[in-house]
Amino acid sequence: MAEIEIDGTIYQADAGDNLLKACLSLKLDLPYFCWHPAMGSVGACRQCAVLQFKDQDDRHGRIVMACMTPVADGLRVSLERPEARQFRAGIIELLMINHPHDCPVCEEGGECHLQDMTEMTGHTFRRYRGKKRTHYNQYLGPFINHEMNRCIACYRCVRFYQGYAGGRDLDVFAAHNHVYFGRHEDGVLENEFSGNLAEVCPTGVFTDKTFSAHYTRKWDLQNAPSICAHCSLGCNTSPGERYGTLRRIVNRYHGEINGYFLCDRGRFGYGFVNSPARIRKPSILGQQAVGRQAAQERFAAILKSGENVIGIGSPRASLEANFALRELVGQERFHPGFADREGALIKLMLDIVQQAPVHLPSLREIEQADAVLVLGEDVGSTAPRLALALRQAVRNEAFEIADQLKIPRWQDAGVRDAAQDAKSPLFIASLAATGLDDVAAGVYRAHPEELARLGFAVAHRLDAESPAVEELLSTADDLAATIAQALREAKRPLIVTGVSLYSESVIEAAANIAVALARLRGAAADVSFVAPECNSLGLGLIGGGDLEAAFQAVDEGAADTVVILENDLYRRAARDKVDRFLAGAKRVVVIDHIFHDTAKKAELVLPGSTFAETEGTLVSSEGRAQRFFSVFPPAGEVQDSWRWLLDAMQVRWRHLDYITEACASALPVLQPILRAAPSANFRIEGMKVPRQPHRYSGRTAIRANVRVSEPKQPVDEDSALSFSMEGVSSGCPPSLNPSVWAPGWNSNQSVFKLQDEPGGQLSGGDPGVRLIEPKVNAEFPWFTRVPGAERKLRQVAPLYHVFGSEALSMLSPPVAERAPEPYLALNPADARELGVGAGDAVELELAGVTVRLVVLLKAELAEGLLGIPAGLPGVPWFAPLSEPGSIRKAEA
Amino acid sequence: MEKPLTKNFKADGTPATLEEYLQSGGYEGLRKALAMAPLEVQQTVKDTGLRGRGGAGFSTGVKWSFVPMGDDAPRTKYLIVNGDEMEPGAFKDRLLMEGDPHQLVEGVIISAYAIQASTAYIFLRGEYRLAAERLSQAIGAAYERNYLGDDIFGSGYDLDLYLHTSAGRYICGEETALLNSLEGRRAIPRAKPPYPQVSGLFGKPTIVNNVETLCNVPHIVHYGVDWYKGLSKTADAGTKLYGVSGRVRRPGAWELPMGTTAREIIEEHAGGMQEGYSLRGFLPGGASTDFMLPEHLDIPLDFDAVTEVDSRLGTGTLILLDDKTCAVRFVLNLEQFFAQESCGWCTPCRDGLPWTVDLLQDLVEGRGRLEDIEQLERMTGFLGPGNTFCALAPGAMEPLQSALKYFREDFENYIAKKVRVAHG
Repeated sequence: MAEIEIDGTIYQADAGDNLLKACLSLKLDLPYFCWHPAMGSVGACRQCAVLQFKDQDDRHGRIVMACMTPVADGLRVSLERPEARQFRAGIIELLMINHPHDCPVCEEGGECHLQDMTEMTGHTFRRYRGKKRTHYNQYLGPFINHEMNRCIACYRCVRFYQGYAGGRDLDVFAAHNHVYFGRHEDGVLENEFSGNLAEVCPTGVFTDKTFSAHYTRKWDLQNAPSICAHCSLGCNTSPGERYGTLRRIVNRYHGEINGYFLCDRGRFGYGFVNSPARIRKPSILGQQAVGRQAAQERFAAILKSGENVIGIGSPRASLEANFALRELVGQERFHPGFADREGALIKLMLDIVQQAPVHLPSLREIEQADAVLVLGEDVGSTAPRLALALRQAVRNEAFEIADQLKIPRWQDAGVRDAAQDAKSPLFIASLAATGLDDVAAGVYRAHPEELARLGFAVAHRLDAESPAVEELLSTADDLAATIAQALREAKRPLIVTGVSLYSESVIEAAANIAVALARLRGAAADVSFVAPECNSLGLGLIGGGDLEAAFQAVDEGAADTVVILENDLYRRAARDKVDRFLAGAKRVVVIDHIFHDTAKKAELVLPGSTFAETEGTLVSSEGRAQRFFSVFPPAGEVQDSWRWLLDAMQVRWRHLDYITEACASALPVLQPILRAAPSANFRIEGMKVPRQPHRYSGRTAIRANVRVSEPKQPVDEDSALSFSMEGVSSGCPPSLNPSVWAPGWNSNQSVFKLQDEPGGQLSGGDPGVRLIEPKVNAEFPWFTRVPGAERKLRQVAPLYHVFGSEALSMLSPPVAERAPEPYLALNPADARELGVGAGDAVELELAGVTVRLVVLLKAELAEGLLGIPAGLPGVPWFAPLSEPGSIRKAEA
Repeated sequence: MEKPLTKNFKADGTPATLEEYLQSGGYEGLRKALAMAPLEVQQTVKDTGLRGRGGAGFSTGVKWSFVPMGDDAPRTKYLIVNGDEMEPGAFKDRLLMEGDPHQLVEGVIISAYAIQASTAYIFLRGEYRLAAERLSQAIGAAYERNYLGDDIFGSGYDLDLYLHTSAGRYICGEETALLNSLEGRRAIPRAKPPYPQVSGLFGKPTIVNNVETLCNVPHIVHYGVDWYKGLSKTADAGTKLYGVSGRVRRPGAWELPMGTTAREIIEEHAGGMQEGYSLRGFLPGGASTDFMLPEHLDIPLDFDAVTEVDSRLGTGTLILLDDKTCAVRFVLNLEQFFAQESCGWCTPCRDGLPWTVDLLQDLVEGRGRLEDIEQLERMTGFLGPGNTFCALAPGAMEPLQSALKYFREDFENYIAKKVRVAHG
């Protein structure tokens, strides 16, 4: 710590920090633009100028940029002296020379950092008489608007897009006051983190195009703290609603997980909430427009008449909804609803993390790794935000170099100039090229079992007691030696793997490496297991029979009635199997929000709510239980899935808290979920936390075309949040905070007022509670089933897409626009053998369904593998690594 | 020998050949240097007090001394010649490179040896095509004779020298922007610290020296410290290439003892003002220096004396303002250049210079207001040293602030008298 003097007051600040961050940590208002807590200082905008005094006798001082000034004992500065204030106002005056006065029609208006800073500096009068310069705006794809005239050239966009996210197609062009931030030509921004531009840009150059389609001001959005539903990482989001439609999703800062950034799937995948495919009313035997009561009665009748009811849960539904189903059908008859084999892999993963000396790292911890092996998982496609964290991890070598040169780590340009291309080692073993290959020290592309063999070889190199690999190619063996050495020498090595290849061997190999590292280091090893869906881990912890067992129960007549919760079984198993199951069961009830193929075959379909209209708890792949809250009350006949189930049970529990408590007491491993967020009884000053900002306008006018008197606001009995602007939001725990705002700080930059320090943890603690902590000294046996070197002739292999493989986001048209067409990826040698070439249409039989695909040549794909886009609409479910059915060139 | 830097210049404008260069003692300095320890060479240059001829006037020997030396020092170390002579009014480096290219090559080799650099670049202004051609030939000849390459003169010292022609931005003359440009990145200045001596090109220790500075080095090593100091009229050692542009009888550049007065340069070497013109003021060292007045003509033009009248020696290439030229239009022309050449990185420079241009333009086109002059004055402080990211904008303010000081009536006349040309 250092003692510094700011405007005559003595403060304690972190020595070595930059002064701007120190001022913001002290919650002082100092304007800035180019600095960003996740991206550091570059000193370009000159907005954070303060007056620095040499010593106690210096009365004049000199202007310095706070962001470039290191904090040291005795530092004496003034933010308030007229020289400093006038300088800052002068900078704003210059920025406003060319900035259009279009705030009333600008979508950033009301949450614009430039507006806030202009207000803060007091610049009010335009002296410049000349014309404003104008720019051409570009088409940047379905996610992002471009309005370059508003640009104040803070350089944050390119620093984020290139420097932080590794994008290549956004740059700065030209010079002097013509600098232009955009693409080399119109076109879709390629990087899967482009949506963050809307949050990084301090004004309205880059804005959310999906939000434009149904725009409303920030102050008119009703928000709730939520958790992203589109992968397993549990990124915190703040969705906003108006007039019954979900309007957008913005980042909700979480110090341990997403920090300041979301991926584009998470940000733009919300369209399914407003989709025409939503189930809005109950239906019986395809008859729409059944009332809620009739539906409830029918549900009760079905359950009563059923001889033997089984329930199929969902890894994309909350613990509470799944637990309610389990309570309804009984523990023995509950199936978590994982795809074939996926359940076994998740159980394997859980066994490892619960018994082995393995630590599930948070994304912040992942960013600290200085040697990484990604084994088998294309994280950029299955858990994109994790890929962004790995991209930061490779920069640790650069920070080490900077430390040696005594360049502060926050001095971003200095660190990059000094370290150049130096990177911490990242090794990627995958089926095909991945988005992180550009920063990898080594890549290895092979058949899944071959990837596992590489992993086993690395483990053996680290610990000779772990099983060796027979007949390993020398190239793979050399690479294994290199990887083992990097992991051994690292301060914080990390293994990343997952279930996406459906390979037990891959997971077991990763576990062996982890155990070897733990033995070497005497501490639990960091292993990040990527689970497929937002609550896969939670469902794994609840447990239950696999889908195959459910199918069998119906086949054998052991079950005649099926209740399916938020699950389209056609995405989980072969079409003919699901057909037989749904036809075989006498009565099928589906509770879901999307009318999918499974729902079409149900006798009773009950409209459940999406994540935006319900609340519950999800367990992320970090093993962190987090609560999400409804953003707005479900409309019409729609109600929470768990409420349909409670209605059917006719239990006295009426609220979510009762299920959460029952779930926590039934399953000891889930006991901590009670602490994930405050219960519905939580109050501040006797009041709830409002979902609507205090400036929420026109509430009385919303229904004025129907009735001029304002109806009572819906009451939320399930959480401590209210559907209202009344209440107290200041001092609310981070897990309940719907959106960020602070006096004078209307933009997302206000989050620093809610953090211990900018970029640090949220004051009061980052939300959620970790369920699984490592067994440091656990003895864990080696996995010994090392796959052999022989391969089957041809196998289908899943290839994943950030836009395309996840079902719900594909119902969002902007995301669907970015998805690939169904294809069959082949090694050129296989293509030759099959007599097909790039662009040819082929008919391929996948799990009994013939599908037309276009051939795509991938030179890096191992011979014998048929790469199929997993989860893509139009591509039927298939068993990964199974042998394909017939393949033939399609007629033109 | 009074004019070491230009002694090989030929009247017909052709460059000194290698043989001619050798006959006049060329590469003797190199032979001598290679027999010395690198730190001895550094010390010799430091002892002469040689100051950077690019304009800043920082001690060359002291600059070199910040480079990490010894076996543990980072590799590769770089020596870079700043030949991006884009300062308006400056053309001295061009003459040196075109007239005696081997002199620069030898200077590079000795200086690189002094800091134990193994790679050197000449970063040359793109428009200097003739210099590029002559330097390429000289570098080729030097490789043939093993003045460059591996194991130079059997000393065990290796050096490669590359010529890089710039795509052409004024900011590339700023040493850290030059480094970015050389790395293939946008030519924007870098934050200091780290200084290039420690972390420069590709993150490695790097020295960037001006062409004229390096041309002094062979002679210093060859003839010694005392000889070098004796060349000067003042405490600043050596000779200096002074230039004059403007309405004089013989515009040009001359190598003269450091500390020669402007009067001698203008009246004797440049032949005095042209018929019908008299001197109102002059910029002593290129466009980014403050005006001096006729009353300053007898001040020795060296680094220290010029600062006493609130200007800078800069490049030592004088630009004259005569009595038929309007100071406002003169400054407007310069500010247009600086606004155009701003790299666009920091706000005051990027957006402040165009506003300055607009204010001056309004003045000369009859749209000016009295408060505009105050605004121009405020601008000179606002865009001053420390407030901007690099020295471009503060440099741009120097002619403006001194014009406002010395020729204020030119500014005011545009408003008060609604004249089309305030002076002349």
